[in-house]
Amino acid sequence: MANLKLGDKAVSFELPGVDDRRHALENYADKEAVAVVFTCNHCPYARAWEDRLIDIQADYAARCVQLVAINANDAKKYPDDSFPRMKERSEKKGFNFPYLYDESQKIARAYGAERIPEIFLFDKGGTLRYHGTVDDNYDDPAAVRNHYFIDALEAVLEGSEPATTETAPVGCTIKWK
Amino acid sequence: MRVSFLYYEECPSHDLALERLREVMDEEGIPSEVEVFKVETEDQARQLRFVGSPTIRVDGQDIDPPSDSRYTLTCRAYRLEDGRISPLPSKDMIQRALRSPAKSRPG
Repeated sequence: MANLKLGDKAVSFELPGVDDRRHALENYADKEAVAVVFTCNHCPYARAWEDRLIDIQADYAARCVQLVAINANDAKKYPDDSFPRMKERSEKKGFNFPYLYDESQKIARAYGAERIPEIFLFDKGGTLRYHGTVDDNYDDPAAVRNHYFIDALEAVLEGSEPATTETAPVGCTIKWK
Repeated sequence: MRVSFLYYEECPSHDLALERLREVMDEEGIPSEVEVFKVETEDQARQLRFVGSPTIRVDGQDIDPPSDSRYTLTCRAYRLEDGRISPLPSKDMIQRALRSPAKSRPG
């Protein structure tokens, strides 16, 4: 279960990004919506949904939506999730959002994240409005019936309650130290 | 023909993968039972040469021979025919392996 519940305020963080800059949640205070996405390099679920997240950021950037990806995996056990490999992946895939490294895993624990990928969507006031998965089909984007994250984004941008506020995140477990 | 299915409980795709395997076996008219192994520890992963969940072997050969030999409890990424990454092998991948198991390398 997430430590954050719907209606809670976002937990602040300041983490190093693959651009060699530090990124704080407060940097995005001017955004209409911020989605903190716990993800990583190696997990096939993260990789299956990756392009969809890139598309969502591209589609919603003009409406002041910001995705922030965070990798909290133990890189000793999973070297593909190391910070240098994060930089490689971000460059290779053309990530259009910050990709941050939660090496101590403190932020992942504070949020209560358990799966990869797992989304925490906050409104302009920093209140959690949606938590869960991207959509209902990791295997085939063409077969998606429920675009949970996109629908929640649209609702939050309209100032209304998402029809679905919480879904069970589907994916790999976060690799704890 | 011996068909083996190895999985790690923490990877959510195993139910669907096993269902897909049985469906393809049924379509191909293959009567064999599937040997299902639940891999629970890192030691078992090493003993079983388990590179991730799910792993399907036909007569001991991986249906998609892995490029590395890191044996651990993890989820496995399959590259599909259209280049996408999926936590599941495609039906085509399973079908090809069932039709010509000798062409696969040892898993």
